[in-house]
Amino acid sequence: MRIRMLTGVAALLTSALSTSAFAEDRVLSIGGSITEIVYALGEQDRLIARDTTSSFPSSVADLPDVGYMRALSPEGVLSVDPTLIIAEEGSGPLETIQVLESANIPFITIPDGFDRQAVATKIQAVAQALGVPEKGAELAAEIDAQLAALDTSVDAPARVMFILSTQGGRIMASGTNTAADGIIALAGGTNAVVGFEGYKPLTDEAVTLAAPDVIVMMSRDGDHATEDADLWAHPAISTTPAAQTQSVVRINGLLLLGFGPRTPEAATALHSALYDEG
Amino acid sequence: MAVVEAGSQFASRQAGDRSGRAMTVLIGCAILLVVMMMASLTVGASGTSLFQALMAWASGEPIELRERVILFDIRAPRTLLGALVGASLAVSGAVMQGLFRNPLADPGLVGVSAGAGLGAILAIVLGGLLPPALAVLTGMYTVPVAAFVGGWLSTILLYRVATRKGRTSVAVMLLAGIALGALTGAVAGLMVYIADDNQLRDLTFWGLGSLAGATWAKLMVAGPLIVLALAATPFLARGLDALTLGEATAGHLGIPVQRMKNIAILTVACATGASVAVSGGIGFVGIVVPHLLRLSVGPSHRYLLPISALLGAAFLLGADMISRTIVAPSELPIGIVTATIGGPFFLYVLLRNRSLLDM
Repeated sequence: MRIRMLTGVAALLTSALSTSAFAEDRVLSIGGSITEIVYALGEQDRLIARDTTSSFPSSVADLPDVGYMRALSPEGVLSVDPTLIIAEEGSGPLETIQVLESANIPFITIPDGFDRQAVATKIQAVAQALGVPEKGAELAAEIDAQLAALDTSVDAPARVMFILSTQGGRIMASGTNTAADGIIALAGGTNAVVGFEGYKPLTDEAVTLAAPDVIVMMSRDGDHATEDADLWAHPAISTTPAAQTQSVVRINGLLLLGFGPRTPEAATALHSALYDEG
Repeated sequence: MAVVEAGSQFASRQAGDRSGRAMTVLIGCAILLVVMMMASLTVGASGTSLFQALMAWASGEPIELRERVILFDIRAPRTLLGALVGASLAVSGAVMQGLFRNPLADPGLVGVSAGAGLGAILAIVLGGLLPPALAVLTGMYTVPVAAFVGGWLSTILLYRVATRKGRTSVAVMLLAGIALGALTGAVAGLMVYIADDNQLRDLTFWGLGSLAGATWAKLMVAGPLIVLALAATPFLARGLDALTLGEATAGHLGIPVQRMKNIAILTVACATGASVAVSGGIGFVGIVVPHLLRLSVGPSHRYLLPISALLGAAFLLGADMISRTIVAPSELPIGIVTATIGGPFFLYVLLRNRSLLDM
């Protein structure tokens, strides 16, 4: 009991001494890529909770989950007692953010983006929020160098179609201005679907017309062999060059689309999947 | 005048004289509601307790900012809004069932919910296209305001369609409501098609309903409308009772049938529009609560309407407490809770009381 009291006093003293250095703060990270950046910066000990989309590294599963990033509940967030919230762009809702602000808890939103520059910007913004800008500059430079060093030049870029889901036989594919579009470009491919922005269901004829050489999907638990068989049996997909060569690449969604410190890894993995085995 | 007296006596005799029992249930539900409201202020994802905070305050200690925000800015408006929304959903259901003389009627059927839902969906997906001046005006309340306007517009439209020569046909309104539901479903589908993936998530969460966004500002907007609607319902009770005998008979009994229908429809539009606007799509309360009560206090609206309000409020507060603690610090959408508890329970009650339910 006495020891606990002493540690309590010691903690109070340290927190009083270092309030400006952010050393004792309790950080809530909202957004899978934000959490990855916190870990990559070596600041994971300051994390006290995460959102549902934060699933890497696997040890984050031990932290309490405050829910989906766009449907945060104000009391749920307050119950983990954060002193700093770092959130990916699009987190909310606004009502929750306003209540958190009225409780004097800083809520820092990190801008999103889907190219090489965006990764560095994101890392630096998170580091800035954590009060470790030097570490951030270092990590950003390192990741940027890795991205710059990627040799993705190829004679004939592959036409790639990213399929988000095939629910009920309806192909939901990525157009432009998405994370999928960004990573395809980084990996040296061409997005085969360019008529629209975001993720949209495609008609069968549009799938045929897009004529992808390779299909990219998010991997999930389960039997991929059956899923592949279903994919090639899909009438529209069966007409594509990808079906002829049975070229499908499955990569973990957060790794592939996160645009964080693992993006060089994702781009390398996608690049080699697109070209080495082709 | 004598005819009117005879009429209401007839109606209440038909219901069986369960006044004594109804009074007991009424008081029981009122006590339950008070308990639920206290519990709702005390239960939550964080350990903050109302009583501890009050005790600390009484002993002269200042309440911490975090505690104050949780109690007064999060739980207090949420509790009040939950009670009002629950009451309004249950009463709207009871009034609709009486008006349409149909046990399946609820605000979803007269197109109020559908219209409100469509308004919300349009705001979520197309909100970014609003002229900046209007967007600044409505701000974060664009979705609730659009939901309310949608609910109102669809009610007025249906009402116009169903009213001919000053007489509103309940059957036409019911059918037109279904047609409007199909139309709003189509437009909603179109919006889902053009929505980006973030908006899609918002649509899903909105559809399942939540009281998580409760703020004093929302309460100030929706509260008066719901209170006004609830205050109007006692005046409907006698009319709805007479209506169980059919419109013509109710007219002969001296009930101003057309005026009563007007008031009933306005009341439901007001209460449902405001509720859906602030809490999204919370299903099932409007069906379960009135039916449960009919089994215990009988069909007389004199008791059914006020007790529905009390029990609906208590039920929604209970569901909300589960929704915000069961997966804490995260939150389960309340529509999932109301349907998971309400569905099986209602089925059980139905099985036990099948013979009583032929209304």
